[in-house]
Amino acid sequence: MSIAYILRSVFSDVIAKVHAINRRYATPRLAMSKHVRLALLCLRIYLLILVGLLAYKFISIVIH
Amino acid sequence: MNWTTRFYYKLQRMWKATRLYLILAGPGIVVMIADNDAGGITTYAATGSKYEYYLIWFLIILCPVAYYVQEMTVRLGAVTKRGHAEAMFDGFGAFWGWFSLIDLLLVDWLTLVTEFIGMTAALAIFGVPGWLTVTMVCLLMGFMVLNGRYWTWEKLAMAFCALNLIYIPGAFMVHPPVSDIFSHGLIPNFPGGFDSQLFFFLMANIGTTIAPWMLFFQQSSVVDKGLKEKDIAWGKFDTLLGSIFTVLVAIFIVIVCGTVLHGVDVDDAAQASKLLMKTHHYAGEFMAIGLFDAGLLGAICISLASSWAFGEVFGWAHSLNAKIKEAPWFYASYFIALVSAGLVVLIPGAPLVLITLFVQVVAVTLLPAALVFLILLLNDKETMGDKVNSRWENLINGTIVGVIIVLSTLYGISTLFPSMFN
Repeated sequence: MSIAYILRSVFSDVIAKVHAINRRYATPRLAMSKHVRLALLCLRIYLLILVGLLAYKFISIVIH
Repeated sequence: MNWTTRFYYKLQRMWKATRLYLILAGPGIVVMIADNDAGGITTYAATGSKYEYYLIWFLIILCPVAYYVQEMTVRLGAVTKRGHAEAMFDGFGAFWGWFSLIDLLLVDWLTLVTEFIGMTAALAIFGVPGWLTVTMVCLLMGFMVLNGRYWTWEKLAMAFCALNLIYIPGAFMVHPPVSDIFSHGLIPNFPGGFDSQLFFFLMANIGTTIAPWMLFFQQSSVVDKGLKEKDIAWGKFDTLLGSIFTVLVAIFIVIVCGTVLHGVDVDDAAQASKLLMKTHHYAGEFMAIGLFDAGLLGAICISLASSWAFGEVFGWAHSLNAKIKEAPWFYASYFIALVSAGLVVLIPGAPLVLITLFVQVVAVTLLPAALVFLILLLNDKETMGDKVNSRWENLINGTIVGVIIVLSTLYGISTLFPSMFN
């Protein structure tokens, strides 16, 4: 068995596992009430702003 | 019954309760004391040398803050028998689950590097070369997990927690003015007015009090230990005791540095140790030993938090009670994280300062999500039953989480843009 074969089989196993996890958790078990939806929306906005700031910092470092 | 009989039975009951606690103790104490990791020690040393005893009151406030956040993980772990990573996947779906898991792995690995930075710097004071420190730590941590029992690992970790109390005798060695500590430290005040520098220090102290890995670690630890719903009260007591100890250690570090190094700009705890050794040799050595121990405790918990989270989500065996053959991926991920983080520190010219700063920024991308999810999960009546958050708990925890999110975010942003708050 070559190393390439082993690596390929490991990666394909991991990818299959990731797909299985995605299928298993496709639907959130928690009831999506108004409060939960609002909290998740706020989190998305928060993360977008934070990632934007990180990108801005990275770009400004690269430019200077 | 006469009073001697009553006293005897009372003593018996207390002894029984103490024995029960000693069996159930662990996750709370370990996570809280490990919270005073290498980065935390630097923050407290810098706080003491900058503001003397004037911010001790703020550290005392952080005690209930840490307790209220962490006790939620005890309840969640004991009721659901699931770690935090698995609970997130289950409760909020794959998107938020992957986001949390990948972010956790990144933050944990970067924090692990900072723990190695602290440990190598601490032992360098005693003339131990970096490569030897990294090798010794990896071997020691390997020995701790490979004995195949959670119980043994936990008790060894608790022995290192006890060593963390070394700062207390260290403080007595420098003969601090007790009356000044009480008069300056216990009355809430903002020394020199509320300026940007003070704000940065307050944010840094909050940032070191609650870290994302703590939530994941304690919940997984509660599950691995096998705590049940009936043990929640003891788990909460364990967490409370841990939060008291962690703040006590922080206060004593502030006292040592406030007494001897007041007015000196301290950049890291190893530098503080060296400066202390000039005037108080043993206090300085104690500081260095404490720094090594803090880094080790942090490394022990952080590497496990990642491995547990990985195992929970991928469905691999993920218990310290399992042998290597039974849980190969759990131990593999543990050692890969540990050895790779140790090797980074040994690379000549590695951007260690950048990594230390980057940890704070990446942590604020994960912390709000982890905290908000924690509150939402604790409000899920279907899962939590009568252990669901009460209205008061929601009010207290919601306020704490809101304040932590705002301040830790500002801390992360101020790390990115240092001139923003000037």
